[in-house]
Amino acid sequence: MTSLLNRQRPPVFCPGCAHEVVVRGLDQTLQTLELSGNQVAIVSDIGCSGLFDTFFNTHAFHGLHGRALTYATGIKMARPELKVIVIMGDGGLGIGGAHVLSSCRRNLDITLLILNNFNYGMTGGQCSATTPTTGQTSSGFLNELEAPLDICRVAVAAGAPYVDRTMATGKALVDSLVQAIRYPGFSLIDIWGLCPGRYSKRNRISLAQMEEEIHNRGLAGGPVAVNEREEYSAHYHRLARSAPAASMPMVAAKICDAPIGARSDVLLLGSAGQFINTVGEILCLAGMSGGLHVSQKNDYPITVLRGHSIAEVVLDREPIDYTGIGSPAVVLCVAAEGVARRKKMFSTLPEEALVVKDSKLSLPETRAKVIDIDFSEMKIRASEQALAALAVVAREGILLNYEMLAAGLSLRYKGKMFEEALAVAERICGR
Amino acid sequence: MTQCFLEGNEAIARGAVAAGCRFFAGYPITPATSIYQQMLQLLPPSGGVCMQGEDEIASIGFCLGASMAGLKAMTATSGPGISLYSEQISFAIGGEIPLVVVDVQRLGPSTGSATKGADGDIQFLRWGNSGGMPVIVLAPVDVRDCYLLTMQAFNLAERYRCPVFIASNKEIGMIRENIDLDDLIGPALEDRKLCPADHPGSPFTPLPGENVPLFLPLGGERLSRQTSSTHGEDGYITTDPAVIEAGILRMQEKLLSAVGDFTFYEYDGAANDSILLLVYGVTSRAAKTAVRELRQSGSKVALLILKTLYPVPEECIRRHLQGKTKVVVIEMNLGQYVREIERLAGDTPVSFYGRMNGELINPKIIVEKVRS
Ligand code: SF4
Repeated sequence: MTSLLNRQRPPVFCPGCAHEVVVRGLDQTLQTLELSGNQVAIVSDIGCSGLFDTFFNTHAFHGLHGRALTYATGIKMARPELKVIVIMGDGGLGIGGAHVLSSCRRNLDITLLILNNFNYGMTGGQCSATTPTTGQTSSGFLNELEAPLDICRVAVAAGAPYVDRTMATGKALVDSLVQAIRYPGFSLIDIWGLCPGRYSKRNRISLAQMEEEIHNRGLAGGPVAVNEREEYSAHYHRLARSAPAASMPMVAAKICDAPIGARSDVLLLGSAGQFINTVGEILCLAGMSGGLHVSQKNDYPITVLRGHSIAEVVLDREPIDYTGIGSPAVVLCVAAEGVARRKKMFSTLPEEALVVKDSKLSLPETRAKVIDIDFSEMKIRASEQALAALAVVAREGILLNYEMLAAGLSLRYKGKMFEEALAVAERICGR
Repeated sequence: MTQCFLEGNEAIARGAVAAGCRFFAGYPITPATSIYQQMLQLLPPSGGVCMQGEDEIASIGFCLGASMAGLKAMTATSGPGISLYSEQISFAIGGEIPLVVVDVQRLGPSTGSATKGADGDIQFLRWGNSGGMPVIVLAPVDVRDCYLLTMQAFNLAERYRCPVFIASNKEIGMIRENIDLDDLIGPALEDRKLCPADHPGSPFTPLPGENVPLFLPLGGERLSRQTSSTHGEDGYITTDPAVIEAGILRMQEKLLSAVGDFTFYEYDGAANDSILLLVYGVTSRAAKTAVRELRQSGSKVALLILKTLYPVPEECIRRHLQGKTKVVVIEMNLGQYVREIERLAGDTPVSFYGRMNGELINPKIIVEKVRS
């Protein structure tokens, strides 16, 4: 195969820079793998290693610091047939740590080359996530304070199925790259090299020492048996194929004419577990069955299993503009938590307003007409009280009639749940 | 008439799919989460990709990669996520990467109130990119707009190769209302213009006389390049001031000169109206009610609802300012878009009312502000 090096743009690294060796090694690798330029995407990060994509005649994507893996993920998901190779330095490793961990966990078929030279070369030799505590950098004593990251150990712990470490300058480089790129899953290679421009100017460090250190760490490079599993993209599409088809939006046809004249605002005040949102939805579907325009919004705390639950519903013959609740025409009160959230509202209710409430609840002073229901006497469970209160409204022939309520229930519920809900409505409405 | 009961966020998701969206990535955040949840229902069964990123930076990064590989992509978040998107948004602008970004705004500053609405990100969307390049921001009013403007947003992202924002609001995204499905007639779908085989094929070269580069998909037959660095038409870094300036001005012009082609608005007024009430987003709904009431009491008030906020549709705004003796701008923030109106209004006095307490601005307040 022919070289994919871009003859017009030869490497411009400092003399002796390890990156240049990796450029040549990667070119040889792509030749060994018999890949043409349009079968490969090189995604590069920021820093000296960020120049990588310009040296090759392949697809190229150069983005923000630490984020190369994020673009590579999108590219690979969109074009699974592409060989996607990410190049980043130890700087990108540090700033983009979350993406490295997630890529290890995700196991999408991308190869990550970390060009690790133990410092930020381009910005002047500051310490990075991999600088030894004994290293001299332009970050003063700061690197003495933080333990260097062994990315291979981290990657194995994070679930990477292929992890290797090698010298940029060693004979093993090309073979390591070939194996990693061939591996059908996420592969990471920690490639150690010299940065004569910055790091090795200040630090006496020889290639032999680095090689010895790699040896001492004792990583058996290659597939990590415990982490090997189905590749992400294949896995995604396998599960996606069997995902159920998305449901269509709920359609409610007009079956009768709703018994309302003007816009009516409705408040449902309850607590978690009382299906307040669902009953609000049933009211809306019932309203639509009566030919009305409807809107609904809900108010509940971040933790959903306790506290208040409120639904605000607007019903109108005309399209609804303002969706806030002004002075409600009907208020359903089935729990103290909901009532407490809106206690100021009760004194503003006019005489024509209707409040339906659990007889156990005490309300703030109000001029509105109040209908008390003794839920415990009627043996209506807390989870059914909001629906029962709505049925009382239907019984009174305000806002909705029984036909609309039954239509709302049949749109919202199926099977046994529908029968149970309908039984509550029938009981209240004396059907 | 096929009336269905739909949430604003769900309408955005369905509009996106109708517009050809094949890739979505997001990170859960109230009040935008239900867009992601909905995309997860819609995309996988139809062969599309829906992913949950490890954070917002990753989510939008996935989208940038997928879009460059040729897929129509969308992400959705709220204010705290837009903050994290910022650097990637700058990239989408400079790299001319088509992308739809939904901001279901919640009350800020910062994490603020997750379940309270606001329009506090309007200027942030406009200026939250390094370099200050123009962007497109569309503002829906209701669930119907969520569907239709999302379709428009995809078309604009494709046509101009840029990020397009949907400035929604918790009060639009998390409300459910009836909409007539037969009424949802979207625009004809547009796709980015691909680089023809007989074209030299550099990744940032427009056709002569045009200012949007032809698209070379990453992974396609011919090699493509993308870079966040200042580049020439060939996609390589350049330091030549003439090349840099030509690229920057082209990117500015492609949007500023075209805003007349995508100025979405509603105007309700008569020839002799003297007051212009100018609103956008969910506040428009209260304004409609307020205007009816004001007219009943004899007020000569016209209503302009802007749905294209950026680039500022100056021609449209100027046209509707003509003959008015007063302008009233109402916003769910402390005064952001009013700055644009003030600079266009000339001698016409502009009054402003805004509020950030998590509640909708009601029609009564608007009536008072227009009367005062
Ligand atoms: S500064 Fe270091 S990493 Fe950068 S080119 Fe020079 S030697 Fe290589």
